[in-house]
Amino acid sequence: MTEPLPTPKRKDPLGRSTLGHVPPGLRSRAATEMATYAAQGRFVLQSCDRCRSVTYPPRDRCPTCWGTLTWVDQDSGARVEAVTTIRHSTDNFFRNHMPWRIGTVRLDAGPVAIVHLHGDVHQGDRVRMTLRLDRGGNPALFAMPKEETPNMQDDPQLRCFTAHPKHRRILVTDGRSAIGQAIARALLKAGAQTVFLGDADPLMRYPGKAEIEAQEGIEPVSLNMTDSGSVQELAAQLGGRVDIVINTACFVRPGGVAFGAKLSDLQAGFDLGVLGLVRLAQGFAPAMSARSDDGVNSAAAFLDILPVSGLSGQFGYAGAAASAAARLSLLSGLRGEMQQTGIRVLSVLTGPVDDDWHQDLPQPKVVPGQLARAVVHALTEGQEFTCAGDVAKDLFARWQANPLLTMREENR
Amino acid sequence: MGLQSPYEGVAICAPTTVPYVRFSPESAHWWAGAALQSLAQTTGLGPADIDGFCFASFSAAPDTVVGMVQHLGLSPRWMDHIPTGGASGVMALRRAARAVQCGDAEVVACVAADTNQIDSYRQTLAGFSRFSQDATYPYGFGGPNATFALITDNFMRQFGVTREAFGKLCVAQRKNALSNPLALMNKPLSLDQYMSARPISDPVHLFDCVMPCAGAEAFLVTTPKKAEELGLSSARILATIERHNAFAEDSVQFRGGWERDREALWQRAGCRPEDMHCVQVYDDYPVIVAMQLADLGFCEKPDLSDFIAANEFTISGSLPLNTNGGQLSAGQAGAAGGFQNLTEGLRQILRCPLGDRVQGAERALVSGFGLVNYDRGVCTGAVVLERQALR
Repeated sequence: MTEPLPTPKRKDPLGRSTLGHVPPGLRSRAATEMATYAAQGRFVLQSCDRCRSVTYPPRDRCPTCWGTLTWVDQDSGARVEAVTTIRHSTDNFFRNHMPWRIGTVRLDAGPVAIVHLHGDVHQGDRVRMTLRLDRGGNPALFAMPKEETPNMQDDPQLRCFTAHPKHRRILVTDGRSAIGQAIARALLKAGAQTVFLGDADPLMRYPGKAEIEAQEGIEPVSLNMTDSGSVQELAAQLGGRVDIVINTACFVRPGGVAFGAKLSDLQAGFDLGVLGLVRLAQGFAPAMSARSDDGVNSAAAFLDILPVSGLSGQFGYAGAAASAAARLSLLSGLRGEMQQTGIRVLSVLTGPVDDDWHQDLPQPKVVPGQLARAVVHALTEGQEFTCAGDVAKDLFARWQANPLLTMREENR
Repeated sequence: MGLQSPYEGVAICAPTTVPYVRFSPESAHWWAGAALQSLAQTTGLGPADIDGFCFASFSAAPDTVVGMVQHLGLSPRWMDHIPTGGASGVMALRRAARAVQCGDAEVVACVAADTNQIDSYRQTLAGFSRFSQDATYPYGFGGPNATFALITDNFMRQFGVTREAFGKLCVAQRKNALSNPLALMNKPLSLDQYMSARPISDPVHLFDCVMPCAGAEAFLVTTPKKAEELGLSSARILATIERHNAFAEDSVQFRGGWERDREALWQRAGCRPEDMHCVQVYDDYPVIVAMQLADLGFCEKPDLSDFIAANEFTISGSLPLNTNGGQLSAGQAGAAGGFQNLTEGLRQILRCPLGDRVQGAERALVSGFGLVNYDRGVCTGAVVLERQALR
């Protein structure tokens, strides 16, 4: 059974923080492709296009018939054959996390794999395999107990592969929206120590303000993401006390490109959504990067919630989709930078939300509670891409199968 | 599969060891040159006399045997590069012997050389192989210690072999090393010390692990006539085997290619394990020593505990094993670790060991095991050597 995580002690301001190393990062192209599935929380292995045999480690050709290989979702069952506890490593990241347990498992899908072990997993056990991303953005097989065990998420090794909210201090950028408030509540419920709740206009009341600000763990902060000074000021104030940033800011207005577009809406949308994201990253990412291996409440993730239409464009919401597309691109860049420092960059993709600005769209739409669940899931699993709601799931799947077709479908 | 053709017309001579050091600022090229210089001193041969060159190394990058040939001023008419670490000695010998037998070369220098600079061990591991880079080392980065800990964990459970049994092998090898002035570990080791050593990667403890170091090993493969001309003692090959990626279906490695080919080895050699006067097996970890003894036919795996208890493994005792101390006590100089078992086996039967001599040794079994590409050693090989001439 896993010991519950202790409440982190107040940090010695004079002590040197543990540097945020990342595990060894050299990977083949095939392993990098495996990472794209890990990013979605899918357990995949390569399967031969000819003889269907399943293989691991990542190869470029089938070892049975030399056919070509494709990543395919697999049965996640496995049995632990051998176990070791590593107590000595020449790698700086693992050195800081000794002892570290690994095992050899026989996967139900066929191959044998060396995997990370959850603390509640032992030799001879049946386990549930998960494919995750390590702090450096590389794929990692992690064996979980077959059934839920007490405090399972608190396992120190597992915690290196997630950005679990427990004991962490989290900035939610826009608390004025129902979405921001739902997320803040869900994070506190998941064990967050503090939620700094952003308010772009503290002098103006908003629905639900009194209730949310009265909740224990909520700290209202002034944050206007269209104002570089405001972002910098908050970053300077909170600095090394923010472990997770969740960007809920979004500006959506209907409009096309040649027809029905308002340039001012487009500008406002880009200023908040795109430049705002950059302001947020520039303000908070450096301090987070310096604290990515700073104990129980180390800095862990930068999460952005954005419209899934950024993948394809969207008829009637061209400006909002364009802003989302720019954000997706920036997030990819930021992800590459943060993989070197051990901070996860997570994207929660959402379909149209059930608010005033999506009135003319048909159901289903995403309600705040759904988004909050998706955010908590993304953090607890450390999952890079999470879809909130059926529209986002459907579009993401279609886009993966055929991006050009999806663009056509979404723009007519 | 028919019987292997005999190795007629082949002589192995001039076992050479360049004394190991824990860390060296020099390159693999430097160590290879040192081995050739030492070989030249023993044999009187110069660069122009060597017409075959076989090379093994982990740390010569970006060079292979080609770069080494030009670097060291050789002009061979036959060369080979053996990138298989612990199996490289047996493999180099097999290839060089056939080259000499068929007249592709007359004097083949087989050289393994590796340096060990500060931090080069970690760097070697990080980029060791495609599979280890993708699927082993990011899992805790315990290096070979962790991989062999998994193998040891399984082996102990499957065959009931205890740490004490492994300890006996390590203690015996250390005892053997005490007479070898070149061994890096030169203090006695007791079973108590072995048992109370700190854990490295359970169940592997400190004295189960080799110490990486820099060093070089070499030997010469030529014709009996040439050996006589040069006034060199020589050995003949009775039989060899080699196998790669055997038993890929085993979940955890508990046997190697030897098990598949041992009958061919002993049949060709015309003798049995009990006819060996000394045994030099690859010893990166004691579990692999035990595995080889069983796979090569000294006992069955379930009987390993009794077999280990019943033998002494020391130079003067029953079944002299790794008589130079092996890598566990002499140090592991990269690919040279796959040569030192061969040079020591040669030395014992040619009566020129680094340390104490096994009395009356005329036949030696040498076994190699190499390259943990992913979760197990892939390459295996073995050779039975017999004294040919003493000069």
